[in-house]
Amino acid sequence: MTSTAAPATPEQAGIWRVVPALVLAIAAGWFATFLPLIAQGEYAEFVVPWIPSLNIELAFRLDALSLTFALLITGIGAICFLYASTYFRSDPRLKRLLSLLTLFAISMLGLVLADDAITLFVFWEGTTITSFLLVGYDHHKKSARDSALQALLVTGLGGLALLAGLILMGQVAGTYRISEWVQMGGIFRDSGLYLGMLTLVLLGCFTKSAQFPFHFWLPGAMAAPTPVSAYLHSATMVKAGVYLIARLSPALGGTEVWTWTLTLVGATTMIVASIWALKQTDLKLMLAYTTVMALGALVMFLGGDYYYATTGAVTFIIVHALYKATLFLSVGMLDKMAGTREVEALGGLRRAMPLTWGIILLAAASMAGFLPFFGFIGKELKYEGALGVASEPLLVASAAVLANALMVAAAGMVALKPFLGAQRSPKPAPSDPPMTMWIGPALLAVMGLTFGLFPDLIGPTLILPMAEVVYGGPVPVEVKLWAGVNTALKLSIATFLLGFVFYWMLSRIRQSLDKEVPRVADAAEGYEILLQGMKDLAAWTARTIQPGKMTSYLRYTFLLMGVLVWGAILIGTGGIDLELGDVPIFHSAIVAIIAVSTFAIVVTGSRLVAITALGGVGAGLAVIFVLYSAIDVALTQLLVEILVVVFIAVALLKLPRAGTGRLRIGDASISVMLGLGVTFGLMAVMSTPLDRTIPDYFEAVSYSEAFGRNIVNVILVDFRALDTLGEIAVVVIAAVAAVAALRGGGQEVEK
Amino acid sequence: MNSLIYTTATRIIVPVTLVLAVIVLLRGHNDPGGGFIGGLLAALAVAILEKARGVDAARAWLRVEPLTIAGAGLVAAIAAGLWGALEHGMFLTGVWPFYGPNAAGVNEGVPAGSILLFDLGVFLVVVGGVSGILFTLEEAGVPAEQPDDEEDS
Repeated sequence: MTSTAAPATPEQAGIWRVVPALVLAIAAGWFATFLPLIAQGEYAEFVVPWIPSLNIELAFRLDALSLTFALLITGIGAICFLYASTYFRSDPRLKRLLSLLTLFAISMLGLVLADDAITLFVFWEGTTITSFLLVGYDHHKKSARDSALQALLVTGLGGLALLAGLILMGQVAGTYRISEWVQMGGIFRDSGLYLGMLTLVLLGCFTKSAQFPFHFWLPGAMAAPTPVSAYLHSATMVKAGVYLIARLSPALGGTEVWTWTLTLVGATTMIVASIWALKQTDLKLMLAYTTVMALGALVMFLGGDYYYATTGAVTFIIVHALYKATLFLSVGMLDKMAGTREVEALGGLRRAMPLTWGIILLAAASMAGFLPFFGFIGKELKYEGALGVASEPLLVASAAVLANALMVAAAGMVALKPFLGAQRSPKPAPSDPPMTMWIGPALLAVMGLTFGLFPDLIGPTLILPMAEVVYGGPVPVEVKLWAGVNTALKLSIATFLLGFVFYWMLSRIRQSLDKEVPRVADAAEGYEILLQGMKDLAAWTARTIQPGKMTSYLRYTFLLMGVLVWGAILIGTGGIDLELGDVPIFHSAIVAIIAVSTFAIVVTGSRLVAITALGGVGAGLAVIFVLYSAIDVALTQLLVEILVVVFIAVALLKLPRAGTGRLRIGDASISVMLGLGVTFGLMAVMSTPLDRTIPDYFEAVSYSEAFGRNIVNVILVDFRALDTLGEIAVVVIAAVAAVAALRGGGQEVEK
Repeated sequence: MNSLIYTTATRIIVPVTLVLAVIVLLRGHNDPGGGFIGGLLAALAVAILEKARGVDAARAWLRVEPLTIAGAGLVAAIAAGLWGALEHGMFLTGVWPFYGPNAAGVNEGVPAGSILLFDLGVFLVVVGGVSGILFTLEEAGVPAEQPDDEEDS
């Protein structure tokens, strides 16, 4: 079943563990066959009706944007899965991890391929739930459970907002096809609901993509195992929000609100996160903050409303996925083979782990944006875009330079600190990991160099078609390594210089950050306060209306019923006919019996008398039913009355004491209110003319089609048999619950 | 409860009530009655028996655990629904295999089918549910702490 092989003999582990990786690799290959089609600006489509009555379809569409994400999800997925199968080869829970990862990959693929907004939302929530399970994978640790819950609550809340936003858009557009939405940008922007839909959709995207002030859940989500973090936080989960912003930007973008919201939120996220990144000593946490920084940059540039900014953003999506997955996986290798992720505890590993160092160097060079790496092209395009954004080029450009310089320092920290100087590590004999672990990151790192040297491999085939999809128009940009000495290059040089200064002063910066940063108000604290408040509210509600006392439950139930009945009477339009008509003397006698019995119940001090009198009320009601020829109802009423008396007699000794004094007055007012409410309600019902359509139909077909003359019973077992089935199911469930509760009653838990 | 008269009377009352319950169940389609009322009558018979001879005797007399009876009833009702689904393509459609109009247009045959099975299911659910709760309530016993029943005395 599960692999129990010792780490020294990985060959003995079951071969099944590479199957998910293989499947994803094949999927990546299949998606790659669409590249020529996409390069011509074409798309592929696949539509199945799902809920035609609501105009919802299972519609999927493969264009340049979704193809890029599909390739990242399957390609990086295959690498992370292969890595995980080695990383966890001695963990008995490997099967569960791989199943969850596969489910997550499917959700993610569905999300980026969906062309129907509701389909997209279903997969969106799929990623939320599977990532909750993945972050909480080490569920025996409280920190992991808390982080998972935090990620679920923040992204789940955003998901609700997103659903509302998508429905607003669907109602305004009259369709739920996203490919039609992007053609009708004017309709959305001119709609009075524009601000509402924009806010709701962006709330969903910002929470998912960890934008300020919702950024705090992402570093917490690092409680997940490293291969999971590498997959979720480089190419997939957190990019979902960025994907949706990119996808909807032709529909919602182009306004001042859009531009400024994205620019300010993105820039704030980017700066805050890159400062926090430098503060970390845990390499994985540091990478988590640089991920938040990258997401902020993407959001900022997507709000640029300038084709260069858009091209920079879509290029950076690929750049970031390649280097970030590599770095996460490499930090995992350091953790596994050298024993820690703490940068302070590592040093001089260049001889012991040369392959790991090489891979990290390649990826970090791309992250820092050195020539001739792919990251350099991405950075140049971003700078070129920053200089022409619709909002405020100076602000965007300086924010980008500052964040990138901090990235250079962070890249230096992960690529140099653990490998230079004197050798030290918690594990005595660190070495490079087995091939199945390093091959994937190595491939990604080399790709980062290859795309840098030969940008034509990816520029015209994928990046420019994708930029056109996102920008919603032609993009006259060339993706090339050397664009000559221009302003962007000068900004790059400034970035490097600033970055080296930051790296050189790293320990001093960190010290001052330790002193200054904790004083800044933290959104995570707000989350804690909110969460605690909700818990307290829930506890208070439960304590107040569910104190475990039957009398209280009855009190609240009847109170609510009374309020509802009176609400219906007072709001309702129908008049109440107070005319009772002719009441025969015999009927009055029965009513008198009922009234006397009721009075006896209220005033008697003896429970036995009360129960008997209650039986009298029931019997009187049964007689009234008989008088109006409802024999079935009368029979049922009588039998139920008899059984109730039997039951109450049994339970007599266990009945709680009735309230006294003030409470009894309160109870009396509730019962008078409910009683009057029901009386007036019935009178109101009787004053409305009876619609004979349904009774006439039943009378006509009861014998001819259902072979029964007792219409009441035919309704119960034939015409409305589904209702009856539901009711008897409730009876069975109630009986099971009552028996269980009564049997468990002996060992009641203390409050 | 140790009344000799009551205990002796149950020997006649219980079987008569049970026969009555079945009659009420069967006549329900054309005259007042049906599975629910029949089930209540049968549950009453069980309650009378239980009051006379105690829970253990009543359980032994029933032979089957009450909740099993209730569950069987639910299964019977669902089976009746599936029967209709198989025969007419719609869940819970009535199936009358031995009954229907003859050449002269008059209904004849044995009026039994999925509807009766469904009604029997309702009957069993009511009997099983009511006696299950009643038995457990009796067995739960008097709480150790005597509740304040001074009002009754």
